[in-house]
This record gives sequence, structure tokens and C-alpha cells, in this order.
Amino acid sequence: MTTIIEAAPGRKAAPGRDGAPTPMLSIRGLQTFYGKICALKGIDMDVNEGEIVTLIGANGAGKSTLMMTIFGSPRAREGSITYEGRDITRLPTHEIARLEIAQSPEGRRIFPRMTVYENLQMGAAINGFAHFDRDLERAFTIFPRLKERAQQRGGTLSGGEQQMLAIARALMSRPRLLLLDEPSLGLAPLIVKQIFDVIRDLNKTEGLTVFLVEQNAFHALKLADRGYVMVNGLITLSGTGKELLSRPEVRAAYLEGGH
Amino acid sequence: MLMDTKTPVPGAASTAARPAPPFDAVAALKSAAFSGAVTLGLGFPLLAYDTHPDISNALVVLPRWSWAIWAAVIVFAGRFIGLMVGARPRAAKRPQQLRVPSRSEGFVKANLAWFAVAALVAFPLVMVGALGANGSLKWINNYGIQILIYVMLGWGLNIVVGLAGLLDLGYVAFYAVGAYSYALLSTTYGLSFWICLPLAGILAAFWGMILGFPVLRLRGDYLAIVTLAFGEIIRIVLINWTDLTNGYAGISAIPRATFFGVPFKDGEGGFADLFGIEYNPIQRTIFLFYVILALALLTNAVTLRLRRLPVGRAWEALREDEIACRSLGINTVNTKLTAFALGAMFGGFAGSFFAVRQAFVSPESFTFIESATILAIVVLGGMGSQIGVALAATVLIGGTELLRELDFLKRIFGDGFDPVQYRMLIFGGGMVLMMIWRPRGIIATRSPSIFLKERKAISGDMVKEGHG
Repeated sequence: MTTIIEAAPGRKAAPGRDGAPTPMLSIRGLQTFYGKICALKGIDMDVNEGEIVTLIGANGAGKSTLMMTIFGSPRAREGSITYEGRDITRLPTHEIARLEIAQSPEGRRIFPRMTVYENLQMGAAINGFAHFDRDLERAFTIFPRLKERAQQRGGTLSGGEQQMLAIARALMSRPRLLLLDEPSLGLAPLIVKQIFDVIRDLNKTEGLTVFLVEQNAFHALKLADRGYVMVNGLITLSGTGKELLSRPEVRAAYLEGGH
Repeated sequence: MLMDTKTPVPGAASTAARPAPPFDAVAALKSAAFSGAVTLGLGFPLLAYDTHPDISNALVVLPRWSWAIWAAVIVFAGRFIGLMVGARPRAAKRPQQLRVPSRSEGFVKANLAWFAVAALVAFPLVMVGALGANGSLKWINNYGIQILIYVMLGWGLNIVVGLAGLLDLGYVAFYAVGAYSYALLSTTYGLSFWICLPLAGILAAFWGMILGFPVLRLRGDYLAIVTLAFGEIIRIVLINWTDLTNGYAGISAIPRATFFGVPFKDGEGGFADLFGIEYNPIQRTIFLFYVILALALLTNAVTLRLRRLPVGRAWEALREDEIACRSLGINTVNTKLTAFALGAMFGGFAGSFFAVRQAFVSPESFTFIESATILAIVVLGGMGSQIGVALAATVLIGGTELLRELDFLKRIFGDGFDPVQYRMLIFGGGMVLMMIWRPRGIIATRSPSIFLKERKAISGDMVKEGHG
């Protein structure tokens, strides 16, 4: 199975263009409940191959819920999630992870008592360590910092290093779609920039498709090809990153006073 | 947990030599008086009155104030002296440095396990040689075999609790399943120990899965409660299903262990006869010692091997973070069930051995206190540490046996004094001290299962606690 896709110019599917390929990830009418509380009230969203798509919104808007629902926990009550033409709405989480989708969950969730090396190894568990050595080299090339810390316990890393580890771990399974949940959470601006640069590079050079959930709207929209704005479990706006950045309501709600 | 400042820093010596504050006698007196008052308050209901039932079972209360007052005085004096000594300027501590182990030390450390195994193999023979057949029986049976059973149980439970992080308070249930499996299969169908042993393991593993399924979604406290209930269910079924298990009376006359079919008996066709040596009952005991040693080492070998395989790493990852595990494509259901099943299987082996050793099983051997003891061994030893668990088992079980040796104390405290009665008190005190000094167990380091270049143990103090 080919995993790393060579960069191919023109592969990016521009949004809104006629005759665009079917989206890689397509979400239709998605509803998720926590008990009786409706967290997602019917989401429609597409992620095309080769794109960086970002989802921004305030605290409690349902961004992370959407991210988790894509991975099957919690389960969607209504609607469908289609990945490469396959309905994955009811698939168990660990099987979704085998479809070359990787997730770096909110709050990093690295394994604190295992070493950096072991953490990365866990990321490669899915494909049976087929190209472990090469992928490890790649991870260390992307984040040289992790190489210095390879023998250290995950829990002893700084916040930024932990985030790097979380992303590197997710990349170990050679995903084609990477779901990132708030990689900038609690990090210094310089580290946020580094991490966003890495995401951009991965997208440019390897054609990695990225779905990025962020509160840091300014950085996320600058990085993304397209963006969605979520308010109270509903998508209220969508468009290219630039468009959204220039929209007065987006500026008012997410940018003014922030950056 | 905050970063511990115990991190050795070269050059920390300069701070260690700072002058101690002068001794403040008034403050120390106040503090000591407070401690004495607390002791008096706490001791008043316990020490100030002697209570016991008389012949007609009525309560007799005799005042015994001197005890409470003495206790308060002792605490007062102890606290005061402690403060006085503590305030004295200490000799500057030697600088703590990053210790680089020498080569010979490294060799001993690397092969420590093999030395320990060699010592254990030699143990019964040395004992017989030194103390004779009769004198050594106690040491091989009460100490050797008994401790090794708990080492094995501790290692088995370590898979579930230490590696997979699933708090199991009903582990004794699998021990019971193993013991009754052998007892029933051998008395009913006449199957030999060596056939029953794997069967007992399989049956226990099966029960481990049965326990595993309903508790898949539970973690921490909730899981602990359900496993506790499971342990009790098994025990109560064993008590009440009298047709099968003979209830409280238990199953007796379980066939004894044979040397792969050759019985340990005097005369023709026995073990001694076969090897042309003089018959002695100790031969069976020594054989049993080697059997449990082999079983315990098997448990250890399997655990160490599995830790290096994907399933073992998945257990540890599961202990660390279940959500992250799932997002990395690990099937948490299978991971948990294998942990329960494997842990239970080793419990079953140990139970089966227990039955063949005692030749008698009854539900009384499988009470909650057994589960608690095994769990205490795992926690005191250091979760996930094989050597720590072995050490803790030796201390806890060997310590209990040692209390029986302290007969001379009767001469000091009178004939009614039985040190064994104080087992739980000592046990509890030890737990409290451990919590203060080594909150993460005797061996708090976890050595990584894979290495980039060299092996490097990592102190548990450095990392925040796992999210139970």
C-alpha cells in the first residue's frame, strides 16, 4: 500500500471548482449527543485530498466532539461520515485508525511513563512496524528535538515537545489524513509557529491532508486552504482561509483582542 | 505531582552546608506538648479503659489511665528529643552526584536475576545439607514454597494491575478456580497433576475473560468494586454449591503430587526406590519447591517476553492513556481481555499448585484478605516491577512466617502474647511508612522495553502519577 504520496503539483482540489474530485472525508447531517444534550446539531463538511482544512470556534462549540465523532467515540446518532467512499460512521475506533487516518487528540495524550521512543513505537503499531526505522528517521528529521529526548519519558518533556511527540506519533502510521486537535493549546507563540510550519511542510512536500481543529483562529486560517466556523454545534460560516480572515464577523468573534 | 527535587545535581553540596537555624526550646516544647495532647486524646478510648467480656458475656470496663498517660509522656519526650536532635547542625552531606556504575557493578546488576535463580535452585539442597531433613522442612515448605506461591501470584496480578493498569481486587477468584479445578478433576476423574495444571490455567483464563467482558468500560474505582464483587461471588458459589464443592467442608484427599507418575512413597515403586536412595518425606517437599519455582519463573519469563511484544506494550500504553490507545488503532477490548485472561491463567496455575500441595481445598483459603495481600505485594513492590514484586512477597509472606519464630517475646510480654496476632498492625504500619518513603513501591523505576542505544532505567519520581 502506498503511503507517502509524492508531492504532485496540481493535485490539490481547489474548493468550489466544478468537477472537483469526490472529497476524501465527507460529513453529512452529523448529530452527536452526550446523553440528552445535543452537541453536534447536523454538521456538513468536506475535506478534499491534499487540503488543509481548519475548524475554528469558541470553547464548547463542539469542535473536539466533531473530531472525536469522526473517530467513532462518541458515536454519531444521525448522519454519515464517509472516508474515501466508505461509510465509517459505525466502524470501531481502532478500525478507523487503520484506514490511514491518524489523530492527535486534544491535550496531546502522550504516554507519560513511556519513553519518547516507545511512544513513537506505539504509533507504528497499526502497520506492524513495517517501515519503523525509516519512519523513525523521518520523525526525527521533522522534529530533531525528539531525537535528543528519545530515551526520556514522555511525561518529562515540555509542553511543546509533548505536542511534537503527539504529532510525530500520529505520523508513525503513515496516515494520508491527519486530524489535529488544538496543537497550539498552551504553547508559546514561537513553538506554535514551529508546529504550524511543520504542518504546512508536511502538506506541501508529502501531500498530507490535514484537518485542523483550532482556537487560535488567526494562525489556523492563515495556514488553511479552507475553513469552517462552528458555533454551538452548527457550522455557521465556511470559505477559504483568506475569505474567513477578512470577514468582519469572524474578526469580531475570534480575532479582535486576540492577535 | 511536582517535579521532585531529588534530582541529583552536581554541586548541590554548597547548599547542604548552610548553617542550621538555632534550636528554639519554647517552640519545641509547644510542639511536643501538642503531640502529647493528641496522643492522650487518641489514646483515651483505646488505652485508658481495659474492656473485656466476663463469663456471662457482660462487658467489664476497668480504668487503666496509667497507660494513656505513659503513652502521652513517651510521645511528648520523643517529639521533644526528635526536635532537639533535628535542630543540631549536621555534618555537611556529601555531594550527591550522578553515579556512574562501575563495570563490575554493571555485571552483577545485569546478571542479578541469574544469581537469584541459582541461589533459589540451590536453596533446598543447602538447607537439607545444613539442617538435616527434619530441620529444613520448615524452611523449604513454610518459607520457600509459601513465598514462591505469592511471588507467582504477585507476578500474575502484576500483568493486570502493574502493566495494564486494571485495578483487580478479586484476583483470588482465579486462584480459587485453579485450586478447585485440580481438586475436582483429580478426585472425580483421576486426572494427574500434570494434565490438570494446564486445564486449570485454561479454566481460570476463561473466567478471566468472563470477568473481563462486563468490566470493559470500567476503570479505576468502579473496576475495583466490580472485581471485588466477582471475587466474593466465586467464593460464595464455592460455599453454597455443596453438591459439587462440598461447601465449607471443602475437598479433601486430593491426590498428592507425583514425580511425573512416580509417587513419593516408601517402598517398592516409589521415588526413593527408583533412584536408589533412602525414603524421606522431604523429597516430596523439595520436588514441590522446584515445581513452584519453575512455575514462578515461567510467569516471569512470559511477562518479560510479552512486555517486548506489541501486546505487552499495548498493555502499558493502555495503563497510560486509553483514549490515545484507541486513536492509535489499538483494539482496547482485546488488549484488556488478554491482560485479564493471562493474569487469571497464572493465578489458576498457582491455585492448582496450592491444591496439590495442601491436598485439601476449602473456600476459607480464598477470602478477600488473600486478594488484598496479593495486591499489596504488587503495590508495595512497585507496579510493573518484577523484582520489586518478588522482594515485596518475600518481605510480606516471609515476615509473617518470621513472626511465628519470635517465641522469646512471650518471656517479655507474658504467655498470652502471640506476635502473629500483630501481623496486620505491623503490615499496616509498614504500608504507612512505605507511603512516606517510597510512595511508588520498592522498585519505582520502569525500565523501557526497547532501547535506542543503551538501557537506562528511569526513576518514577520524575514523572507525574498515571491517571489511575
